Amino acid sequence: MNSIPAPLPRAAKPHSRLRWPGSRTWLAAGQWLVTLLLCAFLIVPVVMSIVAGLTVNYFKGVSSGLTLRWLGEVWTQYHGSVFLSLEVAAATLLITLVTGVPAGYVLARSKTRLSRIIEEFLVLPIALPGLASALALLVVYGGFTMFRMSVAFIVAGHVVFTLPFMVRAVAAVCASSDLRTLEEGAASLGASFFQRFTTIVLPNARPGIVAGALAVLTLSIGEFNLTWMLHTPDTKTLPVGLADTYASLRIEIGSAYTILFFIMTMPLLVAMQWLGVDATGQRSAARKRVAVSPSSSTTTP
Amino acid sequence: MNDITFPLRWRIALIAPALAVFIAFWLLPMVALAQLSGDGHAFATYRAMLTNPRYMSSLGATVLLSAAVTAATLVLSVIAGLLLARREFPLKRTLLALLTFPLAFPGVVVGFMVIMLAGRQGLIGALSLKLTGDRWVFAYSMSGLFLGYLYFSIPRVIVTVMASATKLDASLEEAARSLGASPWRITRDIVLPALSPGLIAAGAVCFATAMGAFGTAFTLATDIDVLPMTIYTEFTLNANMVTAAGLSIVLGIVTWAVLAFARSVTGSAVAASA
Amino acid sequence: MKLASVPIALTQCAKTFRGTRVLEPLDLRIGAGETLVLLGPSGCGKTTTLRMIAGLETPDAGGRIAFGDDDVTALPIEKRQVGMVFQSYALFPNLTVRGNIGYGLRIKRVPTETARQRVDELLAMMRLTAHADKPIDQLSGGQRQRVALARALAVQPRVLLLDEPLTALDARLRDTLRGEMNTLLRELGITTVYVTHDQAEAMELGDRIVVMSAGRIEQIGSPRDIYYRPANRTVAQFVGTINRLAGERRDGMLSTTGGAVPLPSGATHASSAHEIFFRPEDAYLADPAHAQLRGNVESSAFLGERTRLTIGGAAPDALLIDVAGRVELARGTPVGISIVQDALIALS
Repeated sequence: MNSIPAPLPRAAKPHSRLRWPGSRTWLAAGQWLVTLLLCAFLIVPVVMSIVAGLTVNYFKGVSSGLTLRWLGEVWTQYHGSVFLSLEVAAATLLITLVTGVPAGYVLARSKTRLSRIIEEFLVLPIALPGLASALALLVVYGGFTMFRMSVAFIVAGHVVFTLPFMVRAVAAVCASSDLRTLEEGAASLGASFFQRFTTIVLPNARPGIVAGALAVLTLSIGEFNLTWMLHTPDTKTLPVGLADTYASLRIEIGSAYTILFFIMTMPLLVAMQWLGVDATGQRSAARKRVAVSPSSSTTTP
Repeated sequence: MNDITFPLRWRIALIAPALAVFIAFWLLPMVALAQLSGDGHAFATYRAMLTNPRYMSSLGATVLLSAAVTAATLVLSVIAGLLLARREFPLKRTLLALLTFPLAFPGVVVGFMVIMLAGRQGLIGALSLKLTGDRWVFAYSMSGLFLGYLYFSIPRVIVTVMASATKLDASLEEAARSLGASPWRITRDIVLPALSPGLIAAGAVCFATAMGAFGTAFTLATDIDVLPMTIYTEFTLNANMVTAAGLSIVLGIVTWAVLAFARSVTGSAVAASA
Repeated sequence: MKLASVPIALTQCAKTFRGTRVLEPLDLRIGAGETLVLLGPSGCGKTTTLRMIAGLETPDAGGRIAFGDDDVTALPIEKRQVGMVFQSYALFPNLTVRGNIGYGLRIKRVPTETARQRVDELLAMMRLTAHADKPIDQLSGGQRQRVALARALAVQPRVLLLDEPLTALDARLRDTLRGEMNTLLRELGITTVYVTHDQAEAMELGDRIVVMSAGRIEQIGSPRDIYYRPANRTVAQFVGTINRLAGERRDGMLSTTGGAVPLPSGATHASSAHEIFFRPEDAYLADPAHAQLRGNVESSAFLGERTRLTIGGAAPDALLIDVAGRVELARGTPVGISIVQDALIALS
């Protein structure tokens, strides 16, 4: 057997008190710099706009004093849009729950080519520009005045846009083989498909359903591209209202209105963070419910 | 394995509602849109549109802008995302929450943020005035738009990078270190290749979102020449449905092509996060 | 509790998945109340067979499955009245222990009082009463296994199907539970089909064992039959350890490298006459001068209750011999081996 070669003698390094930082440190420092700059880039304007919405005079800055006057004005004028946004979001959520949850289950459990194709199609509304979807809706339904002028028209657009997120979030959970085995277990005990779906599938798919629901709500409240094209003066959601005020009114009012928007979305985002849901509406691996694993415990029975 | 527990009639019953909604409110309308864009003689209409210099320059500008934003976002997000995924520091969760807050912003709010930073009373302008004596105002131009697109792209891509980074096998890097590789080499030879499928997917989605973004451009100015704005002007100001429809279809096809290409390269469902 | 049980008959049941034949047509008869073990390495088709009996897979055209007088081939699992224990237990995370055990009863709309009594009875039988209202993620592996069993039995199935129920547990626990499982199955007297790849389980629990390999049945027999009279090489090598003596046939003896051994009485078939087999525990050390075979110790492994010696030079292959644990022999020691006559096995 060959013997391991003797270690190479290391050149004696002169001991110096001032050491030039190695490449490691430069790299790390550079990373930190970029990260902090990015954070500042993203957060500073938010803070600025919140402050602007609360100052008496934006041009003079905070020194002119803080006030809730702008918030009050915005609320008197635009509370309708806030409620409308909530209404639309709730309706969208309801429809995506009813249509998207079963669809997510089917697509997760069907391994056929047809289901792959359907999946591809269902994703298109988010892959293609919202503008196109809006124009398409106008082309076909613009003539039905009743429908076109109603809130339902906006909801239709929102549903089409958010459905893929719900479907995907539910499919991700239903695709786990553990759920499949649970269903077989229930079937072996005599449960029909409907019984299995309601007593076993739905309760255990709940994490995916919640993730999808949060994504749908957040997306609906913030949706602009579609809604702007579809709206009428009677069906102005919050983002549409925002666009109006940015264009025409004082910056303090625009900022105050933006504060309203932040207030509406903040709880949703906090909930998403807390549950580990990411931007796609899917739960991060770390937070996924660990499947009940029989070997995970070795204590005595 | 044959799935005995899931009868066919249930499969149909469960997917029918979603399909119905999808077909009624997206598929059929899109077909109608495509038909409208042809205006009776599809080939001639499209040819006229595609040779129109104004529309093509608009398309070109949009593609260039989206590509530039994607590149910048990827670079910045990798740098920051790797740090955030691996280092623990106090208030990390708060920082992450703050970073992902802009994910919910519609384009209009992003435009407003850009105005806050680079508008006439913007922060950057104020700083530059102090430092150079010149007030930098660029919110209402392509640079402002670039900034805006960066604003909504970075949170999305950082989140994806972080998710991918946590899946990396640490032992590969440890092995490289034991063989004497420098941090830069490790990043280049091990980390980036491992991240690349996720990066390609995220980049494709970033590109697609930038191509279709409307709200930001709308807020910043109505005469910035990106394709969604052109479509909007054709539709509302010129009442030119046919062109608006045609341009939308073109925009859709280009976007879809990029996503399909990225998916074929990475072999996974790319349109994961829009 | 005694459950009414039913004989099972599989006739010409085969299974093809995506163009690959995973199970050759097989015929199987299981008596009412019998515990039949399907034993084999992974991929041999044992789980597929179990799932066919359960109703989770359908046999290829021409296959028939009958429970007693009922042809159940076309019947889905929901209607077959089987109790099944899955390898991962498949306990419902959204229900408590009580909820899991009583699930089948709720589905059948058994009156609440009766259901409650039955569940309590099973909780007591499985020693789970203290855990009745816990969610299942608070249970240990052994406890979960018992919940799975209780759940399957609650619906009073006519057939009990177990898919490697002990595989997910650690070795120590497995040994203990194996004994408990044995007692339980005897008490219940229900027709049971038990899938495993572990021979100890197969031998302790099975009334009969079906050894399977590559989609075929290799042998069906009682544990002793399988062990002492394996039908072929595959069975002999899968169940326990087997030693091979190869050489020339001469005057009713097999001459091999280190000596000669009398041929077993069944070895008249010409093709098998050049090899005979025996198990490690059926050989013993003897004085090299009088022993049947001579060789030397190549290595010695102390296993606690026995020592396993690897002997070289006695036969073309190294031989494994089990001796008492206290025996210690150095490498290279010349030894003599003799084999119990009845233990010599001839294989086709």
